[in-house]
Amino acid sequence: MQFTKEYELIVIGGGPAGLAAALEAHKKGLTDILLIERDKYLGGILNQCIHNGFGLHYFKEELTGPEYSKRFMDQLAENEIEVALDTMALSLENSDDWRYVHTMSMTDGYQILRSKAVILAMGCRERTRMQIQIPGTRAAGIFNAGQAQLYVNLEGYMVGKKVIILGSGDVGLIMARRMTLEGAKVVACVEVMPHPGGLNRNIVQCLKDFDIPLYLSHTITDIKGHDRVEQVTVQEVDQNGKPIPGTETYYDVDTVLLSVGLIPENELSREAGVEIDPRTSGPIVYENSETLSKGIFACGNVLHVHDLVDFVTEEAESAGYSAACFVQEGDCVTEEAKILNLKTDSNIGYSVPQKIRVEDVDKLVRVFFRVKKIYKEPAKIVFRDETNKEIASYNRPFMFPAEMENVSLPRKLLDKITGTELTISVEG
Amino acid sequence: MIEEIICIVCPRGCHLKVDPENDYEVTGNACPRGIPYGKAELKNPTRVLTSTVIIAGDDLTRCPVKTDQAIPKAKMHEAMQLINQVKLNSPVKVGDVIIENIVGSDANLVVCRDIG
Repeated sequence: MQFTKEYELIVIGGGPAGLAAALEAHKKGLTDILLIERDKYLGGILNQCIHNGFGLHYFKEELTGPEYSKRFMDQLAENEIEVALDTMALSLENSDDWRYVHTMSMTDGYQILRSKAVILAMGCRERTRMQIQIPGTRAAGIFNAGQAQLYVNLEGYMVGKKVIILGSGDVGLIMARRMTLEGAKVVACVEVMPHPGGLNRNIVQCLKDFDIPLYLSHTITDIKGHDRVEQVTVQEVDQNGKPIPGTETYYDVDTVLLSVGLIPENELSREAGVEIDPRTSGPIVYENSETLSKGIFACGNVLHVHDLVDFVTEEAESAGYSAACFVQEGDCVTEEAKILNLKTDSNIGYSVPQKIRVEDVDKLVRVFFRVKKIYKEPAKIVFRDETNKEIASYNRPFMFPAEMENVSLPRKLLDKITGTELTISVEG
Repeated sequence: MIEEIICIVCPRGCHLKVDPENDYEVTGNACPRGIPYGKAELKNPTRVLTSTVIIAGDDLTRCPVKTDQAIPKAKMHEAMQLINQVKLNSPVKVGDVIIENIVGSDANLVVCRDIG
């Protein structure tokens, strides 16, 4: 295939994942790296996340989003890593030796770039009203919470005066506080699940601080209004999530913010034939962040939706390191390595990685996963092999769906496993 | 009167009971870290305040700002009124002080993003 330029590594996406991945690959010795970003600025979603609380794990201090990304952007500039801003990655193709990235920008037009390795770091996008099918009119004033956050924090537009928020994900909670501080009245936050979607800290500091009520097991069942939203109907739901007749409450509001979930943005990955896990909506990866397509790695919210950027950074560093190994040492994974497939029981939503090449685990492999319900009492995370033999178990005093869990499995335990399956379950 | 608050030291979210009439005694905490949190939350609750201010002279028209220390929770709205009057000119750097000792606290309002 014809191409314009050649690189050792192309990183697609200049948010926290892409920044950390490019830097780590550079630290490992790659010099020929290109970071592609479709916006005019690096930093991704962190640019509009002006609240603080980022970096508690990674930097041991509380930073705002822009301050957190600046630490990586400064290092990127110091190390003269090439960045293509305002550039859209249109498609990705995979062959044995090379990855081809088709890009478009105002300055360089249409280009085909080839690279030994590619890191997918495109992040995620918000689930919309259409995807959750709220009945009602199509009046103005219905926004995704993150979209409203962009308008308010980056462009300085207030999106409404009297607001109701559907979904208690972190973005919605953060926006409840933000809108209130900027003078709007937030009448309620409504959550269909029996438990909050966001972090406890945000429930307290974004809702309780401002006396905004949170209604669990409730949802919006109708939106009225011609030009602008005028009224929404809220109803309680039963255990199956079905609205209960007779529980209707009406709120006169001009704005509805939706914080109803994030979806990894994997159009490029799918087109390149990268296999996607339906549970995460992100690529299936091995322990070294490599997808099932050779030379293509993935990290951050494109892989699975995180609640803390600190974990994104760590995951991206691992992907950057692995991609550099791949470029420097060729296919540096053990041929015919024993592959363990991670399965989850019905209490766990998913795990990342989904596959472990046992021989390629150095000392430990860190497995991330999310539980599906609240565990207020101590519970055990148990790993069992095909024969149902317990391989390892870890105690947790409590677990929440909003908080990603992780455990580090030692290599010596993995070596003892019979068969090729390892199941994670919650017991007791 | 005993007040009930949710502890945010860790994700567990213990429902603490704090008694201001009994030297702010904290109960309902599953671990010792809940005690200082519960006391401080009732005696003197503070928050770091973040917002944006208008900036001229750059493609970006809003600049993110924060108080470099926590300020009393009760003064957040007063601080917002001051923040809403600020107009900056590019360039600015992270850490530039915009308002010293905002709302009479020890905190300064500072810039959170390099612009220009």
